[in-house]
Amino acid sequence: MTEMSDNLLDVSHVRRTFPRGGGEELLVLDDVNLVLRPGEIVGLLGRSGAGKSTLLRLIAGLARPQGGSLSYMGAPIEGPAPGVAMVFQGFALFPWLTVLENVQLGLEALGLPQTEIRTRALAAIDLIGLDGYESAYPRELSGGMRQRVGFARAVVVHPNILLMDEPFSSLDVLTAENLRTDLIELWGSGKLPTKGIILVTHNIEEAVLMCDRVLLFSSNPGRVSSEIKIDLPQPRDRTTPAFEDYVDQIYVEMTARRVERMRQAQAAGSAGIALPLTHVSPNQVSGLVEALAVAPYNGKADLPDIAYEQELEVDELFPVAEAMQLLRLADVEGGDITLTHMGKRFADSELNERKEIFSRALMSHVPLAAHIRRVLDERTSHSAPKTRFLDELEDHMAEDAAEETLKTVVSWARFGELFSYDDDAALFSLENPT
Amino acid sequence: MKILPPVSIEARRLLPSRWDMLAAVLVLAFIILFADASRSLVAPLSSVTGTALNLDPALLPGYAARTAFRMLLAMGLSLVFTLAYANWAAKSPRAGKLLVPLLDVLQSVPILSFLSVTVVWFLSLSPGRVFGAELACVFAIFTSQAWNMAFSLYQSLRTVPDELAEAGRMLGLNAWSRFWRIEAPFGTPSLVWNMMVSMSGGWFFVTLSEAISVGKTTIALPGIGSYIAVAIAQQNFAAVIYAIIAMLVVILIYDQLLFRPLVAWADRFRIGDDQEDEAPESWALTMYRRSRLLDLMTTPFEHMMRWSYRWQPPSFGMRAALREADSRIADLVWYAILAALGSYAAFRIWDFAHVNLTWGDLGQAVGLGFITMARVAVLIALVSLIWTPIGIYVGLRPRLTRIVQPVAQFLAAFPANILFPLAVSLIVMFRLNPDVWLSPLIVLGTQWYILFNVIAGASVMPKELRDASDNFGVRGWLWWRKVALPCVFPYYLTGAIAATGGSWNASIVAEVASWGANTLHAHGLGAYIADAVQSGDFRHVVLGTAVMSFFVVVLNRIIWQPLYWLAERKYRLT
Repeated sequence: MTEMSDNLLDVSHVRRTFPRGGGEELLVLDDVNLVLRPGEIVGLLGRSGAGKSTLLRLIAGLARPQGGSLSYMGAPIEGPAPGVAMVFQGFALFPWLTVLENVQLGLEALGLPQTEIRTRALAAIDLIGLDGYESAYPRELSGGMRQRVGFARAVVVHPNILLMDEPFSSLDVLTAENLRTDLIELWGSGKLPTKGIILVTHNIEEAVLMCDRVLLFSSNPGRVSSEIKIDLPQPRDRTTPAFEDYVDQIYVEMTARRVERMRQAQAAGSAGIALPLTHVSPNQVSGLVEALAVAPYNGKADLPDIAYEQELEVDELFPVAEAMQLLRLADVEGGDITLTHMGKRFADSELNERKEIFSRALMSHVPLAAHIRRVLDERTSHSAPKTRFLDELEDHMAEDAAEETLKTVVSWARFGELFSYDDDAALFSLENPT
Repeated sequence: MKILPPVSIEARRLLPSRWDMLAAVLVLAFIILFADASRSLVAPLSSVTGTALNLDPALLPGYAARTAFRMLLAMGLSLVFTLAYANWAAKSPRAGKLLVPLLDVLQSVPILSFLSVTVVWFLSLSPGRVFGAELACVFAIFTSQAWNMAFSLYQSLRTVPDELAEAGRMLGLNAWSRFWRIEAPFGTPSLVWNMMVSMSGGWFFVTLSEAISVGKTTIALPGIGSYIAVAIAQQNFAAVIYAIIAMLVVILIYDQLLFRPLVAWADRFRIGDDQEDEAPESWALTMYRRSRLLDLMTTPFEHMMRWSYRWQPPSFGMRAALREADSRIADLVWYAILAALGSYAAFRIWDFAHVNLTWGDLGQAVGLGFITMARVAVLIALVSLIWTPIGIYVGLRPRLTRIVQPVAQFLAAFPANILFPLAVSLIVMFRLNPDVWLSPLIVLGTQWYILFNVIAGASVMPKELRDASDNFGVRGWLWWRKVALPCVFPYYLTGAIAATGGSWNASIVAEVASWGANTLHAHGLGAYIADAVQSGDFRHVVLGTAVMSFFVVVLNRIIWQPLYWLAERKYRLT
């Protein structure tokens, strides 16, 4: 027990569920363990919906786990603890308060004397590079400056732990990079009045750039699938081979598991409808197939490369790549994506033939699409209400996952002209307007 | 800014739940209890009874000041009520289940019914003095203002962005300071808008609430409302004109000194980046901001608030929430109390109904309800047909909008019932059928809600959509059908819901209108209630009120709510 008190944060065997209709529960975090030691930046990396943000909120004391324990400097976390501050994805600034007032708010809640509040707030504003903006309102600032206010507001309370929930993801590429560099510089120089940082992100390069350790999360339910120690000195250079190796390694880890799960679902036949689908439009699939088919890839590409060159975020690339894998238009393996024979044919075809290929792929490789088509074929009316399938899906997944899965299948089936769907009537049918 | 209609739009179900039933039963039983009590109390006569008001115009400023002060007092009370009620409903899941339908029902109860059953009780509080009558009057104004304000704040509290709420908790703000620094500011723009609507509602019923006439109790409190009532009774046309002018001046002063500064000030609490429309301005706000005196006066208050933010343990709110979620016993006690209360209320209603009322009475009231419903429906349809195209025309022309919009808002604030005597004299002069010709009075004041909401909708219509329809040569009827009308539909709906609610309430003053000795009656539920109040017949007041509430609540549920969600899903442009 003595060694535990050295850690800033101990998370052990944490389990978190959300209630679901019918008294059932949905498991979003399962047996998660995490330790944060002084002087560390730990990254939580995973796809959206992997429970990273949920874990961050548990650490912040904004929610409670159903099982396991969390302790901050040796004491159990039972609510928002002083000494734990958070930077939000959407900034969460109060639009009716000026920059200075936003920064002062947390100090006022601590009940400090007015003069100290002012000096500390001004110091934080100075540190984060917001000098001159004290009396501006958030809506007058650009996104980057707003997030600086978010940082200033968090560090002004001199937190032992700084929690960051995808802090750069709503900024443009240049601004985000600028802010990351500034932050790393402050951290490296020891000027940041904080002892440890937890960074939630879905951006692989960002994690490798900033973190000392990265925990990879797998989805459904959220688990820590592996931990990668980034052994590179700061400041890091994205172009070095060592950096790229780390990025590659994470890509491989993050795709392998999903692809394996998909194969199992396909092999399971009609039981495979339990596979949650992420919404990807057929146009995105076509676009990536086309890009892959021509030079410089000629049918095969390294995932990090194509993400970089096509300007795709991981959260955008992975679902498309997986959809291609699911439809057997491509193989995703070892951080590479390779077009299959069918994928190449798809790339060479005209629209009508593409639709046909798509339709056949749906029937043979997407259990849910085949299932819906079969039900529609069997019914004399050739139609079925949305709830018929939604209820079925909700036996296997959360409500919004079921909605998204169904929405995805609808959009794919529309492209393949496999069946049609009327949103006003919430009705699946085989009829198309003639 | 998005304005929500003042009916509960959270529940997306058609059928009434147990909670709706309980709410209806409780309100009805409350009215019956008061009505019963009123009958047993002897109405005390006081100095204000019977003495006719002096119609000397020189006295008008004094009367106006008294009326203005009553309105302000009622507004203050409404605000206090709103803060407490909305917080309770939004923060406690247990209480919220009942409080929200309760608000729906309370809102549907005509103001005159509240007044008629409570006035005697208020008078009994201070026998022989004006104080009780003043209380009754302020309470009546309060009932015309409070409900939609409470709805507005409740709906704001429920939609505070998650991140802002979480940021507040992470910064260690306690529940009290989270409310004042996050939730209240967030709800302010919509609350201010609803306060303006409420104020109009108060003006509309100022005559009723000051010149109280319930059974044998007749009171005329000094004020503009009583002045008008006396002027109408004496057929003094000049006096009516003076009163209208005085009222316009008071409304204008309120607008310039209170509401315009409030709107301009509330603008900073808007969420979002859109800066496209110019920020509202107010000379009065600038004056307040620069005033040293005001600064001196508010500073101690500010210090007090600042001090209060640290006053409770930081985790107070969360612990309470957790406790509530956990405790089964508290749940049990709460439901047991409600069940007991509900049963008692139901018993009172049954007891009252089976002694005092017959099935024939009910049939008559429901029949009259259908007549009033038809009247409201036809007239709302009619004014929609007139004002929607005009609103769209105006809304698409920014320069015109800047002129027409404030006028429409002012007209909505102006109590149209002052003009009723004019209508009565015309109907009498031309020997017209009151059943038909009194009807337009129902929408005289409420039609403006439709107009200014449609203008607002048309003025935010995306430029790209207009360009696209021009580009494809979409013109004429096709343009109205496929472009303009769908674009303003959500806004129209908000206006129409407010207008319909107001019209039901207005039917009470519109279906019976008088000028001197000429009193015209139209058939309808409004006239039924108004007559019952006039003659002090509480049985029929209660029955009429119950039937009207039923009509309003049911229509909201089966027509307006589904339409609202259709508009949200299909026509919302964001």
